[in-house]
Amino acid sequence: MPLKSPSRTPSRTPSRTPRSRRASHRVAADAGLLFVAAAFILPLAWVVLSSLDPKADLRVRLPDSLTLDNYDQVLTPEITFTPLLNSLLLCGGGTLLTVVCAALAAYPLSRYRSRLNRPFMLTILFATSLPITAIMVPVYALFVQVDLIDTMQGTIFFFAASQLPFAIWLMKNFMDGVPKELEEAAWTDGASSFQSLLRIVLPLMGPGVAVVTVFSFVMMWGNFFVPFMLLLTPEQMPASVSINDFFGNKGTVVYGQLAAFSILYSTPVILLYVLVSRKLGGGFALGGAVKG
Amino acid sequence: MTSASPAPSAGPGGVAKTPSPPGPPHSAPPTAGPPGTRSRAPARVRRGLLRALPVSPAVVLLALFLAGPIGYCAYIAFTDLQLTGQAESSFVGLDNFREAFGDERFLNAVWLTLVFTFLSSIIGQNTLGLALATLMQRASKPVRTLTGAIVVTAWVLPEVVAGFLLYAFFRREGTLNAVLDFLHLPSQNWLFTLPILAVSFANVWRGTAFSMLVYSAALNEIPKEITEAAEVDGAGGWRRMWHITLPMIRRSIGTNLMLNTLQTLSVFGLIWVMTRGGPGNDSQTLPLFMYEQAFQKSMIGYGTAVALLLLLVGSLFSVVYMRLLRTEV
Repeated sequence: MPLKSPSRTPSRTPSRTPRSRRASHRVAADAGLLFVAAAFILPLAWVVLSSLDPKADLRVRLPDSLTLDNYDQVLTPEITFTPLLNSLLLCGGGTLLTVVCAALAAYPLSRYRSRLNRPFMLTILFATSLPITAIMVPVYALFVQVDLIDTMQGTIFFFAASQLPFAIWLMKNFMDGVPKELEEAAWTDGASSFQSLLRIVLPLMGPGVAVVTVFSFVMMWGNFFVPFMLLLTPEQMPASVSINDFFGNKGTVVYGQLAAFSILYSTPVILLYVLVSRKLGGGFALGGAVKG
Repeated sequence: MTSASPAPSAGPGGVAKTPSPPGPPHSAPPTAGPPGTRSRAPARVRRGLLRALPVSPAVVLLALFLAGPIGYCAYIAFTDLQLTGQAESSFVGLDNFREAFGDERFLNAVWLTLVFTFLSSIIGQNTLGLALATLMQRASKPVRTLTGAIVVTAWVLPEVVAGFLLYAFFRREGTLNAVLDFLHLPSQNWLFTLPILAVSFANVWRGTAFSMLVYSAALNEIPKEITEAAEVDGAGGWRRMWHITLPMIRRSIGTNLMLNTLQTLSVFGLIWVMTRGGPGNDSQTLPLFMYEQAFQKSMIGYGTAVALLLLLVGSLFSVVYMRLLRTEV
């Protein structure tokens, strides 16, 4: 148990009224949270301030003068545009494949009773929590054998497969929340299952599809190990790998530029996350996937 | 919990409280079934196949790119496959595993993985996440929102970026030492003297948000009356926590610990960026050891044997996690 055993000290001061006690609790809670927030914000402050600082080093400090030079320096095809485009291709392709396959797979699992559903969903649940890192060495060896190494499509397929279990799991749960009556009406009118999935179910679970899409995309966008292992030529590297070039053979590290690039590379996922959490209390929606 | 997400409280197949909406019964005449069920032949078999059709793209992808590699992993872990000269690998039985358990550097990696997982996941993320969620229940709204945003931002950042931020933070000339100097406390070169501690802290910084969100959701589900009744009966904060709150969010704690631990077991990028597993191999956890054996020493077979062990440990956790999801509250 990761918690200290209960201390049996009586509460400090017998407060006069519940209200004053609650107020003092609030002050204490606020202070505690602000302390943690201050500790957490230091690294974030470093990256923001350094990206604007012409003389950035490793310390957080207010720049003497603000400049956009660092951004100017990194906004070149070689440093920023190509890696970000590669990231977009890999994650866009992978996400598209994941969402389409997950939506198709979730439909029968959600709509028809079958003796196979339960074992299938259990297998999927099992696969959601496998450490993907562990299989990257054999995946590399396998990709060398079948000539998929250093190809965008190979990496996209692997990305999709590694995200698919969780996507199917989420998608089925969202789909279970869509009532069946509407589809039954559509079937009576002669619509095929595919039509009813496309025209009725998916539009009704729009937020669910958005969560699955954004979650898959964010996971792939931040993934370093998969492209690091499966891609070899520098021109194909996504931002998660190319960012290491700042530490490469270029002698001293220009921290301001590294910070600027980090911000450019992180912004899309932060925006996506904000978008989803605005719509659905995003983190909680994802938390819902793992609620006990 | 948002309404958008029906939590899988019942596990797959709806064993427990919330059965999934009833589908058409097994062999009912298709009153309003989807079309494509008109043939008279073995209609049920055909219908079953038709219905399973949409699942096939997912199954093919998973079989080729997930199950395939896992099977391949289980096979080459018992060979002496090397990066060069692929043609002449041979079956060596348990040699790789024997070698591993006699290899001091492997045992060092196991030890470091345990330390890393225990410190950053079980102690760090879990406890800090619970503490934050508890404080958030009582704090004022602006403070709650601000702290939540900062902690979640650290979580959403790409892994490599988080690695660089924390690398800068812990470097000799970095922010942490600046703060310590300011407080007149001894500073040191953290990434050199205590690398495993530094990467553990980095992982806490990066992963706490997840626990915070899970616990916030769990705490929100506790009925107010219960805690208020205890408060009226004079139970202090710690006692309420221990006797009421913790038992009530037991399952969330289990789930969260499992998922955190699995996440932490497979951290590669964060440590790679911060220390490369060094200095020496003082922060070389199993994923980094595996990578080094396979690619820098070109011992694919040996690296895969290590990977298989990691996979087995992960599977064990997965099974426990599945059981947790299925048990009743």
